[in-house]
Amino acid sequence: MGIMFLKGGLMTTVQDAGRRGYQRFGLGVSGAVDVHAYVYANILVGNTHNEAVLEVTLLGPTIEFTSPAVIAVTGGDLSPLLNNAPLPMYRALQVQKGDILSFGAPKSGCRAYISFAGGLAITPIMGSRSTYIKANLGGYEGRKLEKGDEIAFRKPGTCPPNLPWRVMEPEDFPGSYTVRVLMGPQDDRFTEKGIATFLSASYSISNEFDRMGYRLQGPKIEHVTDGNIITDGITFGAIQVPDGGEPIIMLSDRQTTGGYAKIASVINVDMPMVAQCKAGDTLRFVKTDIVTAQDAFIAQKQKYKALCDQFDLGILPPPPEPEPFEPETSVYRLMEDGKFHDVTVTRIE
Amino acid sequence: MTYPQIKITGDTSVAVVFGDEISADINQKIRAFDEALNEEQIEGVFETVPTYCTLMIHYAPEVIRFHELRDRLQAILAVSHKAQKMNTIVMEIPVCYGGEYGPDLEYVAQYNHLSPREVVQIHTSAEYLIYMLGFTPGFSYMGGMDERIATPRLKTPRLLIPAGSVGIAGKQTGIYPIDSPGGWQLIGRTPVKLYDAHRDNPILLDAGLHVKFIPVDESEYKRIENRIELGRYHCHTYVKEDA
Repeated sequence: MGIMFLKGGLMTTVQDAGRRGYQRFGLGVSGAVDVHAYVYANILVGNTHNEAVLEVTLLGPTIEFTSPAVIAVTGGDLSPLLNNAPLPMYRALQVQKGDILSFGAPKSGCRAYISFAGGLAITPIMGSRSTYIKANLGGYEGRKLEKGDEIAFRKPGTCPPNLPWRVMEPEDFPGSYTVRVLMGPQDDRFTEKGIATFLSASYSISNEFDRMGYRLQGPKIEHVTDGNIITDGITFGAIQVPDGGEPIIMLSDRQTTGGYAKIASVINVDMPMVAQCKAGDTLRFVKTDIVTAQDAFIAQKQKYKALCDQFDLGILPPPPEPEPFEPETSVYRLMEDGKFHDVTVTRIE
Repeated sequence: MTYPQIKITGDTSVAVVFGDEISADINQKIRAFDEALNEEQIEGVFETVPTYCTLMIHYAPEVIRFHELRDRLQAILAVSHKAQKMNTIVMEIPVCYGGEYGPDLEYVAQYNHLSPREVVQIHTSAEYLIYMLGFTPGFSYMGGMDERIATPRLKTPRLLIPAGSVGIAGKQTGIYPIDSPGGWQLIGRTPVKLYDAHRDNPILLDAGLHVKFIPVDESEYKRIENRIELGRYHCHTYVKEDA
């Protein structure tokens, strides 16, 4: 009991936090490209941060639920619909058997994430459920999802506590971003003029983009001699500049190693903006330092933790919709010494 | 420039750079440092990736920040550059040369004015150092091939090369771990699975290991293939004498 695909969409794959520990063997990390939206999707439905979700690209799939579930859709606004009515994003929702989740035209961003409370019953390969299409590995038969595919829920019937409160402000993806970068490791392979070009120009996303990387178009970045180096490791967000002078940003399905000079890398907390770029969107790069980048990285982890506490432990802001509650009687959840007590308060006038 | 250098490669990784050329000596330094780092068990360091000249180290900044990690790495470097000599382990890979297994063996022989037998003899006489893995899961970049059998790549790459194919491209030799397109001259094939996602060690080879090719005939190839199917074949390894 789980989900059945009536349409696969353009590029819908099973992804999680990625496959760690095998890069030395030439096996890439894969995993969700927009890490924030991926983590938020899991937090909203009460999953651990590394549970598998569906990553949807531009044109979404049509999915029929063959059993009830709690789901959330985050990331780019690709016009999700539940039974043909707009589905609110960044919110945990109960869906019923027979419900149909589909997508309309992409409105903003590039990638959306569908999470399922209790996760998807996909067998992990080398510690991960992520799909790596190039090696035909992981996820659902190592490929993108197609009509007729079925995936069961790993823990069917999972429902997180405080369901009505599991909502957060949707992220905004305007299509034009300034992202922070750490220079290096081969910034010494570029002229001063080249570096200045890189840090001042606006680059647009070309038609050549996938889960592996984005090829950008814009002013050429000048090398001292050329763009070739002795092959070394490539990280998520690394910006390679081949001889042609136009940068390439590496994403989740990047190869583990490469032979082009890397001028800089986009810091992790800013990568979701890159991840939501599609052809024609624009990027600018601004220099930052390692302390600022890691402060932001740690602050982001703390934000995830605070959101989990808010949703799971009942440290709650006012509910977004008061309708489900009787005006005269309210139920409060008190926490005392780590134990919960549900207290009913009735207004007497 | 002086080496080693520690370079920032992002907010969750650093690279320790040991030089700027492809050499067995640098590879040995990387291997020794990787091992020393592994023994140190630094909390927050979760993955290392050796390449020709660098070791990339992936870490969690919420556990260890850059400046603290850099200090720890420098302390290890101060000790490990005097590293003990490491054993050179050689793995024997059986290969059936020529025929349908190595359709380009004849061409490689002709190109180098040798007989196919001589090509096989030269190819199987060396112990090849694996500098690094990359490109596809389990693809190893090996060094040390005899220039007498060096041959340019095919002008038109093949669309499908079967897993296990052993090839030559310029002065390099290598094995295709998975079915993939490619332009190397194919001289033979091994029944050994370099990559098997469902095995305990999904990838057979590792950086720093040496490979020696052992010529086998077709019946031996098939016999090994059967034993591999039954999980009863393991490649023979030995410690190189003069290391």
